[in-house]
Amino acid sequence: MTIRHHLSDDLLVSYAAGSLAEGWSLAVATHLALCPACRQRLAFAEGIGGELLESSDAAAPGTDASWEAVRRRIAKSSPTPPSAAPAAPAARRAGGLPEPLRSYLGRDVETLRWRSLGRGASQIRIPTADNETQVRLLRIPAGKPVPEHGHGGRELTLVLSGSFADGNDLFARGDIEDADASLTHQPVATPGEDCICLAVTDAPLRFRSWILRAIQPLLGI
Amino acid sequence: MRRTTENEAKPDLAALLVAVGERRDLEAFEVLFRYFAPRVRAFMARQAGDSHSAEELMQETMIAVWNKADRFDPAKGAASTWIFTIARNLRIDAFRRDKRPEFDPNDPAFVPDDVAPADEMFEAQEVSVQLHQAMATLPEEQVALLRLAFFEDNSHSAIAARLNMPLGTVKSRLRLAFSKLRAALDRKGETS
Ligand SMILES: [Zn+2]
Repeated sequence: MTIRHHLSDDLLVSYAAGSLAEGWSLAVATHLALCPACRQRLAFAEGIGGELLESSDAAAPGTDASWEAVRRRIAKSSPTPPSAAPAAPAARRAGGLPEPLRSYLGRDVETLRWRSLGRGASQIRIPTADNETQVRLLRIPAGKPVPEHGHGGRELTLVLSGSFADGNDLFARGDIEDADASLTHQPVATPGEDCICLAVTDAPLRFRSWILRAIQPLLGI
Repeated sequence: MRRTTENEAKPDLAALLVAVGERRDLEAFEVLFRYFAPRVRAFMARQAGDSHSAEELMQETMIAVWNKADRFDPAKGAASTWIFTIARNLRIDAFRRDKRPEFDPNDPAFVPDDVAPADEMFEAQEVSVQLHQAMATLPEEQVALLRLAFFEDNSHSAIAARLNMPLGTVKSRLRLAFSKLRAALDRKGETS
């Protein structure tokens, strides 16, 4: 499995800086779990953060007093036990929902409680504490075509199983599509297997997602 | 922007942090503290409304550095990068109500790196030195933009509003700065 569609630099930089809202961050972190190449880019972006920290203004008074305070605080605290050796990684399991997504759902892919959207499509809403995104897990029936359309905002779609094609691009497990308002696309779930993906969109959203908009007419909303 | 005076000899931060992790070396920690405390306080002050909470968050960061130093791995990156991530996470806990989800390397579905650890060790050392040099060659305007992105906890659209610039321009300039830095490193990687 080779991931072909990666995180954009602006997402990586905001995630590294810690300024990316929770919903977008969930898609970013889940892609990172599946993509060693982007983890390397993340380490690089965090390195920029470290460099900026080092090059920031160091001429501030009061360090003696701060040091005395911290020295007392660490002397008072009981010696911390050495950090636990990392648990031996559990047997690798390809194909399951990776962390952090799995914890947000509370279960793995086999036992998810889908809510039907009709015609075989279904969704699970994933609550987050930010107020700028809307996050859902979506299951699109195999082979289902989606009419061409544009967007009202940004949308990240991370494939977790199955795949979809958008023009000449194929998106499979780990691939992330980063679509903005200007993009018109025509995604089609690949025949043979339902496509499960994480979709993060700008909120407030009223069925703005391409997938949900495709389903919307079927629901008569 | 780079105000560290050049005659102020820079301590070997990674070695000091390893000494704290391995031996609870208080002298090494004091050197680290005196180096990082003003910088971390400045980082926190961009968000904290008052100097008291910036000071408190700086102290919490440095105490976390003391407590977790045995988890620092010089093969994975620079000491300043590791301390930056601790400060960043504490700042998110203090000032944001939403979370910053992270991947878990021990998760069975996690796809591990395919590089040998030996190469990684060499690379991490090289990268931090080269990144330092590459940052110095970046135009001031791009460093300032990166500083806004990393220090202000601003979304890119908030930065765009502040600079009175279209969002697309902010993104493309950040992308330019990021790719310039990466290109500088890649070029050096090829010649070594
Ligand atoms: Zn990637």
